[in-house]
Amino acid sequence: MTVQTELANVAPSKLSVNAITKRFRTRGTEVHALDRVSLDIAEGEFVCLLGPSGCGKSTLLNIVAGLDSADEGTIFTDGKLIDGPGRDRMVMFQESALFPWLDVIDNVMFGLKLKPGLTNPERREVAHFYLKLVGLEKFMRANIHELSGGMKQRVALARALAPNPRVLLMDEPFAALDALTREQLYGDLQRIQQQRQKTIVFVTHNVREAVCLGDRVVLFSPHPGRIQEQFKITLPRPRDINSVDLAEHASEITKALKGHMKSDTEVAE
Amino acid sequence: MKRFLSAAAFFATLLIIWEILVRLNIWSPVLVPSPLTVSEYLLGAVRDGTLYDAAIVTLKRLVLGYTFGIVLGLPIGLLTARFKVWQDTLGLLALGLQTLPSVCWVPLALIWFGQTETAMFFVVVMGTLWSMIIATDNGVRSIPPIYARAARTMGSRGLHTWVKVMLPASLPFIVGGMKQGWAFAWRSLMAAEIYVTILSGFGLGHLLHYGRELNAMEQVIGVMFIIVVIGLLADKIMFSPWERFLHRRWGTQGK
Repeated sequence: MTVQTELANVAPSKLSVNAITKRFRTRGTEVHALDRVSLDIAEGEFVCLLGPSGCGKSTLLNIVAGLDSADEGTIFTDGKLIDGPGRDRMVMFQESALFPWLDVIDNVMFGLKLKPGLTNPERREVAHFYLKLVGLEKFMRANIHELSGGMKQRVALARALAPNPRVLLMDEPFAALDALTREQLYGDLQRIQQQRQKTIVFVTHNVREAVCLGDRVVLFSPHPGRIQEQFKITLPRPRDINSVDLAEHASEITKALKGHMKSDTEVAE
Repeated sequence: MKRFLSAAAFFATLLIIWEILVRLNIWSPVLVPSPLTVSEYLLGAVRDGTLYDAAIVTLKRLVLGYTFGIVLGLPIGLLTARFKVWQDTLGLLALGLQTLPSVCWVPLALIWFGQTETAMFFVVVMGTLWSMIIATDNGVRSIPPIYARAARTMGSRGLHTWVKVMLPASLPFIVGGMKQGWAFAWRSLMAAEIYVTILSGFGLGHLLHYGRELNAMEQVIGVMFIIVVIGLLADKIMFSPWERFLHRRWGTQGK
């Protein structure tokens, strides 16, 4: 395998989630995290899972990642059943989860080293390519603690992209960043998505973020976790999170979100 | 340079105060020898080779027992952190025995192994092993679970995860444990050497012991000085580079 073929875009996957149910038992009480959730995601689609905390959106992401298993239901990528983590699906976490004992480029190379068919100089070249893509090639040899929060998430993005996955799973990756850095990363992520063509599942509780990034926004409701409503976002890209059009879409979704939370409390009363 | 100068000035002052106190003749020179007499002894002992021989004997025992303790303690610590069965058995034993001052192993070692090198080896291993197990165990348990999860998504499994993730992630604890193990081993060995004469080799502890027997205070103080210097050098040579690396990488407070 050469660096060129390794860097070539792989076809993004189709994901199909079929009637996933997941319950957690903690201290005697049972939490119904997901209740027969079904969802089809097309090749190269950017889907945002949106909802209040406890609606099971992160749980679903972890099941797609293969880190957790569902109690019932199945998930297929391109018709293949998911039964564990795989290099075709890379994950980006809320905390960067970068390894502090490695420098920036060795972090990006961690997953690459587990990928057979490449020599080490080739892996280095690949890692370099992705660091350049996220604009951090100058920080190749930096230690993790020397980076700002935004830079850490860029490295984490490079690390997730490096093994050339078909699916990118992102669990509130920008939630801990300041607004300005976040806006920059929205731009970067859209640019990279245009270039690398991944299927992306992005978990967030930020409505505007979801509208800014997603081709589709899937609204979850909690107790038990279910899909409440879906919104197709057809705004042209690249999108600016501060644009008026985007704000209109966002307010529509926010209304739906609030409406549901209200009816939820009424039921509780 | 400035730090070196201030350190040098500090120790020079200590020596001067010592010399002045001796000159004041408050105590008998048999009890408090002057720094000059001590350095004369040291010079003589270096020249006729006794100091060198004793230091080699002691360091050999130390390095042998210490290395063995570390090599054995590290995997056991990993096992106690990973498996409940190990935690409830060897882990508990290590926790208990770690509280036992390692000098307390000397009587047992003497009865079991007699006045032999094996007894010395045993005492040093006991000083190192338990604290190494506990430190490694602690280290592994303090690793944020997200590291292992992230590694799993990138295709890391089983042994690879342990060698490439768990071990380096717990490195700060492991180096701390190695340092503590070294200190315990050093103390227990000195105690053992002072306590028992072993004919297969005279270590620094024996030299110290004979200093007392001969009422040669300059020898006692001289050997004590050498013991301190070796301890300091070990810290600077063996652990400082590691600690500097860890502080730089992890961004923790360092010198």
